[in-house]
Amino acid sequence: MAGKSYTLPIGPVHPALKEPTMFKLTVEGEIVTAVDVQPGINHRGIEFIGMRRNPLQVLHLAERICGICSIVHQYSFALASEKAAGITEIPERAQYIRTIMAELERVHSHLLWAGVAAHELGFDTLLHWTWQLREWVQDVLEIISGNRVNYAMYIQGGVRRDISPEVIQKLKVMIADYRAGIDQLCKAFTDDRVFRHRTMGVGVLTYKDAVETCAVGPTTRGSGVHKDVRIDQPFGGYADLDLDYCLPEKMGYENNGDTYAKTLVRLQEVVQSLDIIEFCLDNMPPGPIRWESNMTKLLQHMKKAEGEALGLNEAPRGEMIHYVKLNAGDENVSIWKVRASTYNNILAWTKMLPGCQIADVSIIAAAVDPCIGCMDRVTVVDQDTGKEKLFSNEDFYRASIRKTRAYQRKVSP
Amino acid sequence: MIQAIAVKLILSAIVAIASIYVGLGLKGVDRKLAARMQGRIGPPLRQPFWDVSKLFQKENIVPYHAVDWVFNLMPLVAFTSAIVIMLYMPIGPLKPVLGGFGDLILVVYLFAFPSLAMAIGGFSSGSPIGAIGAQREMVVMMSYELPLAIVVFSRAMILSSGGIEGLTLKLAIDPWSMVGMLGIIGLCLLLASLLMVIPGELAKIPFDQPEAETELAGGVLAEYSGRNMGMFYLADAVKSLAIASLVIALFFPWGISSYFSGLPELGGYAVTAWALDGAFFLLKVFLILLVSVTVVRVVMPRVKIDRASSFYMFTTGAIAAIGMLLIYICINGGF
Repeated sequence: MAGKSYTLPIGPVHPALKEPTMFKLTVEGEIVTAVDVQPGINHRGIEFIGMRRNPLQVLHLAERICGICSIVHQYSFALASEKAAGITEIPERAQYIRTIMAELERVHSHLLWAGVAAHELGFDTLLHWTWQLREWVQDVLEIISGNRVNYAMYIQGGVRRDISPEVIQKLKVMIADYRAGIDQLCKAFTDDRVFRHRTMGVGVLTYKDAVETCAVGPTTRGSGVHKDVRIDQPFGGYADLDLDYCLPEKMGYENNGDTYAKTLVRLQEVVQSLDIIEFCLDNMPPGPIRWESNMTKLLQHMKKAEGEALGLNEAPRGEMIHYVKLNAGDENVSIWKVRASTYNNILAWTKMLPGCQIADVSIIAAAVDPCIGCMDRVTVVDQDTGKEKLFSNEDFYRASIRKTRAYQRKVSP
Repeated sequence: MIQAIAVKLILSAIVAIASIYVGLGLKGVDRKLAARMQGRIGPPLRQPFWDVSKLFQKENIVPYHAVDWVFNLMPLVAFTSAIVIMLYMPIGPLKPVLGGFGDLILVVYLFAFPSLAMAIGGFSSGSPIGAIGAQREMVVMMSYELPLAIVVFSRAMILSSGGIEGLTLKLAIDPWSMVGMLGIIGLCLLLASLLMVIPGELAKIPFDQPEAETELAGGVLAEYSGRNMGMFYLADAVKSLAIASLVIALFFPWGISSYFSGLPELGGYAVTAWALDGAFFLLKVFLILLVSVTVVRVVMPRVKIDRASSFYMFTTGAIAAIGMLLIYICINGGF
C-alpha cells in the first residue's frame, strides 16, 4: 500500500463528530499523512440575529449559541455589555453566584467530554458511567435554575435568581458525592491499560505548536502552557480565589501535550471546580443580587449607553471572547462578535493529526473538545466548478430581502 | 435417493429458520445484558427481530460508484454461508444435517466466508470508508485464522490418536476423556484461545475495527442499507450461533439426557430427551457468548488494528501453539 494515498472524508456528518464539520484526511494505508479541516457547516447567523435585538434579549440568545457551554456565552456577553454600558457595581453575592454557575457548567462539560472520549475509543461502558455521574450535576443545575441546559441566570449587573440555603445544602451533598465519584472515574481512566495505550503519545501538541497555533484551554494546558483566563485576568468571584494552573505534571505525568495529558487536565479541573464551588458557597456574602432590579430602567440605561468592550471568560474549552459595541440612541446591540475557544483550538488539529492512524483521528479530534456550534461560518461549494464562496451576514440579509420581495410580487400582482 | 435428498432439504430448511430465530434471540439477550451491565435499561428482547423486519422494508440504496452486482451479491453470500455452517454443526442431540459431505476443514473455510464476503462488499462499495473497513476486515481475519487452525488441528490430533477420524464433526466425541493431565491443560489453553478468537470472528469490541463506528462510521457496512444490510445482520446473528456451536462441538459435546432415566417417549422417539438436550445446548451457547462476547465488549475499549493483529498472531497464536505442543507430548509421550 506504500505510495498509494487516497482521501478519506470525516464529516460533514460522522458518528465520531457530535456536530457537523469536515475533515479531509489524506491516507496511506492506515496512516494519515495530511489533513485539511473545512469547517463552515453549522453556521446559524446568531450574531446577525443578535444585532437586531436589545442587550437584554441577546443575553438569552447568546446562551443558545451552544448547548454545552451555554452559560459561559451568557457570562461573556454580560461582562462585555456591562463594561460597554459602564455598569461597574455588581453586587458581590451576584458575582459569587455567577462563579458557582460557571463552575457547575465546567463540571458537567468536562464529564460530558470524558464520556465522549471513552465512546470514541469504543468504551461505551465508561461512557454510560460517566454520564450517569453527570446527571447529578444537571439535576443540581435544574434545582437552581429550573433548567438542564439553558439556565438564563445572568443579567447585566447581576443574576436573575438567588441560591437559597436549602439549595446550598443540596449543592454541598452533591460536591461530597462527586469527590468520591470523580476519584473512581480517575481510576477508571488512568488504570485502564487499553485507554492508556490508546491515548499516550497520541495526538501530541508540543509546547511550541500550542503557542504558535494560539490554542486555548485544556488543549494548551496539556502541553504545559500556563494559560487560564480565570488566573491571568481574574474576574467576578475568581478574584478572591487562589487558583493554580491544572497541568498534567500535577498528576505525575509529563506535560507532553498528548491526549492522555489533556484527559488528566480535564479530570483535575473537575476537582478544581468542586473546590471553587465549595469556597464560593462557604464565603458567599449576603446582599442584593442585582445592580438594578427594574428591567425597564436597566434597558433605558443600556439604551443611553455608549461604548465598546470585550468580555473575557474561561469556557470549559478555553478562552472565550465576546466583543460588544453599544451606540447611544440605538436600542439594539450595534456590533456583537463572538470568538469561541474552538476557533483557536481547531488549528491545533492540523498539528496533531498528521502521522497518526485512522483509528486515532476521532480521539484526537475529540481531545480539543470541539464545539462547532460555537464557532462556525457558512461556506457554499458550487458543485459544478468546485468553487467555494463564503457567505457573510450581508449576503444573507440581501438574499432574505430578495426572497421577501419575490413573495410580495407573487402576492400582490 | 430422491427421498433422502428431500429429507435433507426439509431438515436444512428447518435448521436454517431455527438458527435465524435463535441467533436473533441471542442477539437480543446480548444487547439486554450488555445494557444492564452498563447501567442502562436496554432494548426489549424482541428488538433484533424488529430491526431485521424494518431493514427488509427499507429502500436498498446502491452507491453510484459501486460495482452493483458484487455489492448486491455479497450480503447473500455472507448470509448463505453462515447458514451452511449451521448445517455442518451438530446441534444439541441432532447429527449435522450435511454431516457426510464435508469435515472440519470445510467448516473452518466456511467461517472465513462471511468475513470475506463483507470485505469484498466493502471494496465493491466504491467508498473510501468501505475500502478501509475491508482492509481491516482482511487483516483481522488473516490474524485469527492461525489460532483457529491450530485449535481445529489439535483436536483432530487427539481424535486420531483414539482411532477416530480426526476431522469429523460427529456427535459427542469427548476430547477431555481421551487425554492425560498434560493434555487437559493443553485443551484448556486451546479453549481459551478459541474463546479469544470469537470477538474477532464476530467483529465485536475490542476487535470491531472493520466496522468501528466512531472511526469509520460503520466501515464495511457504511454503504449498505435496507435488504442488504438486513442480510448482513442475519449473517452476523447466525454466525454467532455457529461459532458457539463450534466451541461446543469441539470441547463440550455432552448432553444431559443420559443422566435422567425413564424419560417419556412419544411414538418410539425420545422426544423429551431431545428437548432436554436441545435446551442444554442453548444454555451452553448462551454461556459461551456471554463469556466471550457480552462481558468482553462491556469491559474493553476498541484496540488499534496493529494491536489486534499482533494479539491474534502472537498472543493467541502462542497460547494455542503451547496447547498443541502439550497435547502432542501427552499423546506421543503417554503422560
